[in-house]
Amino acid sequence: MASWKGRDILSIRDFSRGDMEVVLKHARKMAPFAEGQKSSQTLEGKILANLFFEPSTRTRLSFESAMIRLGGRVLGFSSVEGTSVQKGETLADTVRMVEGYADAIVLRHPHEGAARLAAEFTERPVINGGDGAGQHPTQTLQDLYTIWDEKGKIEGLSIALVGDLKYGRTAHSLAHALAGFGTSLSFVSPPGLEMPWEIIEEVKKSGTAVSTTHRLEDVVPVADVLYVTRIQRERFPDPQEYERVAGSYRVDLPLLREAKKDLILLHPLPRTTEIDPVVDRTPYAKYFRQAFNAVPVRMALLEMILGVGG
Amino acid sequence: MRELRVTPIKNGTVIDHIPAGMALKVLKVLGIDEAVTSTVTVAMHVPSKAMGWKDIVKVEDRELSPREVDKIALIAPRASVNVIRNYNVAEKHVVRLPDRAVGILRCGNPNCITNLREPVETDFLVLRGEPPRVACRYCDRIVEDVAAAIV
Ligand SMILES: [Zn+2]
Repeated sequence: MASWKGRDILSIRDFSRGDMEVVLKHARKMAPFAEGQKSSQTLEGKILANLFFEPSTRTRLSFESAMIRLGGRVLGFSSVEGTSVQKGETLADTVRMVEGYADAIVLRHPHEGAARLAAEFTERPVINGGDGAGQHPTQTLQDLYTIWDEKGKIEGLSIALVGDLKYGRTAHSLAHALAGFGTSLSFVSPPGLEMPWEIIEEVKKSGTAVSTTHRLEDVVPVADVLYVTRIQRERFPDPQEYERVAGSYRVDLPLLREAKKDLILLHPLPRTTEIDPVVDRTPYAKYFRQAFNAVPVRMALLEMILGVGG
Repeated sequence: MRELRVTPIKNGTVIDHIPAGMALKVLKVLGIDEAVTSTVTVAMHVPSKAMGWKDIVKVEDRELSPREVDKIALIAPRASVNVIRNYNVAEKHVVRLPDRAVGILRCGNPNCITNLREPVETDFLVLRGEPPRVACRYCDRIVEDVAAAIV
């Protein structure tokens, strides 16, 4: 493994299984600091630039929390209004300007490939905080960490990804990340929103057992992890069709009667109707823990790329 | 009757072993249109020992740049490029499919950062196969119709 110091975090595709395991272990060490039980000043004197060309409150605040918990400081903008970007400045120029003000850069951008472009114009490490419909690697690492932290392992688990698997980037990235870990994966989606065949092929090539189904009931009894994603209304021209489809992929108490006792239920949030709120009180519900895990994972990455802690 | 397709040319380039049906795309890649000033000969669906059928393009009074040869490799990965000087084959190259295609393709994803006004060249990884496909190094989009993406 090459040195982490100065490394860009652009795509989960740049991570080997070994790389991911290093992040997971480091993140676990960060958990007490993320919860505020212990305090740390490892990033004292360091500045993180949060460049959000479109709003994403969750991503921005979790990076801010991670940086501040470690004694660092944050500057940046949370939308392009009133910035030089509105005057037509290129991303390349914005990044070269910001490089003088910060030690690392988080970029959220509406266009795919923006983070890779930004990284080419600065020596500072760039973290992709989501680029258009493209990559969001810290989200994927956070999902992976939640599975590993809750189940104590990843290898050998039966994991079902549920929802709009055609357009859902979180599901694509997670499938890719899990491919190297020796899991068995089920892809559960409405007809027409199936996982793209390129991703299924790629996952199979890694030796992962893959099954696909349109019926959520098929996977609930065998799954160790149910990863539920949104089915977006916009994908359906007919609102009644949407209601019917969304209803048949809804996780509620009757459905979970068939589940393993130690099933964990994840969701990248925000949810709409995919998970009945009464499920929140069951031991299956881990999605709020998953949301919290954004912080230790980002703390770990910040320490690693800024070359401290570890 | 004289066979037009074997007419020798004095100076220029003969691109042979183009997959049958791809000759017109080769012309497009070379920017050959109604404004062309030299003679261009196209032979389509010619019997070939190696390929079954093939196309051939001859362009008089013109030699190709390495960038143009790379573009041809992307749509005709087994083509040979013969440089003719004074009726003789002065150079004979079999094209090589490049690993990367930099600055010669446009990304088909309208939301790709390379389609904005940024100071970068497009950059694609070339995926092997017949026909070869390419993947944008910025947005990961796979381009199936490479010929249509050539700039
Ligand atoms: Zn692209």
